[in-house]
Amino acid sequence: MAEADGSSRAFLGLSDVSISADIPVEGDISMPPTSSSKDDGFSTLDEPVKDTVLRDLKAVGNKFVHVLYPKKSKALLRDWDLWGPLLLCVTLALLLQGGSVDSKDDGGPQFAEVFVIIWFGSLIITLNSKLLGGTISFFQSLCVLGYCIMPLTVAMVVCRIVLLGGSGTVSFVVRLVVVCASFGWSTFASTAFLADSQPQNRKALVVYPVFLFYFVIGWMILTFAPAQ
Amino acid sequence: MDNTDELKFQDFGTASNLLSFDQDAQTVAVSDSLASLSEEEDVKLDLNEDEEGLENSKLLGEAPTGGFWTFDYYQSFFNVETVQVMDRLKGSVMPIPGRNFVKHYLRNKPDLYGPFWICVTLVFSVAISGNLSTFLSQFGDQTYHYRPQFHRVTIAAIVIFMYASLVPLCAWGFLTWRGGAEGQMGCYTFLETVCVYGYSLFIFIPTSLLWIIPLEWLRWLLILVSTVVSGSVLVFTFLPVVRDHTRLTATTTLLTILVLHSLLAIGCKMYFFHTAVHMAAPATTPMPMMTTQVTQAH
Repeated sequence: MAEADGSSRAFLGLSDVSISADIPVEGDISMPPTSSSKDDGFSTLDEPVKDTVLRDLKAVGNKFVHVLYPKKSKALLRDWDLWGPLLLCVTLALLLQGGSVDSKDDGGPQFAEVFVIIWFGSLIITLNSKLLGGTISFFQSLCVLGYCIMPLTVAMVVCRIVLLGGSGTVSFVVRLVVVCASFGWSTFASTAFLADSQPQNRKALVVYPVFLFYFVIGWMILTFAPAQ
Repeated sequence: MDNTDELKFQDFGTASNLLSFDQDAQTVAVSDSLASLSEEEDVKLDLNEDEEGLENSKLLGEAPTGGFWTFDYYQSFFNVETVQVMDRLKGSVMPIPGRNFVKHYLRNKPDLYGPFWICVTLVFSVAISGNLSTFLSQFGDQTYHYRPQFHRVTIAAIVIFMYASLVPLCAWGFLTWRGGAEGQMGCYTFLETVCVYGYSLFIFIPTSLLWIIPLEWLRWLLILVSTVVSGSVLVFTFLPVVRDHTRLTATTTLLTILVLHSLLAIGCKMYFFHTAVHMAAPATTPMPMMTTQVTQAH
């Protein structure tokens, strides 16, 4: 009996409780409604498509604004996306079409050539920056380089409008000024994001390929010759 | 009785004789006996450095971390600073007869950044300058319709990248084979050879920009100057390596290097900067034929 008392002392509190069928058990086992909003990945399935598209468009638009007023901001780097670069690349490549009609060999860049230059160029610059020991991630760098093509795309639109009015010396000078300004803007905007990720003694090594990349794109825009 | 023969003093000759017999031998410098032989001290120093070069070439480079499939392997080739790259660029345009580009500037730290971006810049500068010079040469011509000629970029890229990768491969292979066959001091590593060739192409970038000026004598003068400068960088680099080969092999090797280099320069000039005369001629001849066909149709 002493051992039974010793063992039952451990379960002292429970000895009074008897679980029987006539004690009602009640409660609520449904999940509280507040926890579903913490987990966006699951709840975005139920939202209307319009919301999803608008959210992505807002993110893309936000980054365009960041390129227009380049100041050091972590937002563009943290939430990278490649929709903007794709849109800009396709727009630029389409606008560079419709050049000289008899362009068997001697014409401007083909659609695929523009695509290859932009994407392979961004890839090589990103690899270069990573190999030199940069702290920026691969896709963040692609994102920044792609978004900073925006001033050059705007310059292409302006150039085509100017060319509608004729292709004399005046239009050439106007186009030259516009392309130079947008090239400078693109380079400045992208180095504002990229150069910070490098140590001081290698900044120029990273900035030069970016300069070359936008220079080549600017050259393609400037030498666009419409069909006559 | 045989033991006394072995215990007799044996004359191995002086260290200099042994050194000339087998130049790869490790030597321990004893300062008082070798102080007078200053030339051979220099030879020994070169040997030590080249022995390191031999070991490095066996390890495919500068003992990089990891295999060639890891990212760190390639990161070791980009371990340069802005100041170093600027130094190497300066060294490639100012060749000094005593200075070996590899020993003086690279110092066992070759990089791939310089050669790669110099080649890319050269591709675009040659294509763009060629386009500009074609445009300028036909500026007054009313029938000329400007064309961007973008296919030239592709051709320039193929030519220049193949030159900058295949010719160093052949040079390195040949020199290593000769060096190995004759048991003498080895050649530079493959990466150092690629590096020298890449940096030696740097002078062609301002040359191609100056080629826009449409004066034929100026263009040929520029070709001469730039080929001499970059060729001499290559010659001064490879001279110590071929010095021990037979005279014929040495001169043939150096001449081949120079000839290939000047072929590249002349080829670029001829293809990308040909004057308007060639382009105008085929354009005018089809036109009379077309007009005669039109008149015959009526």
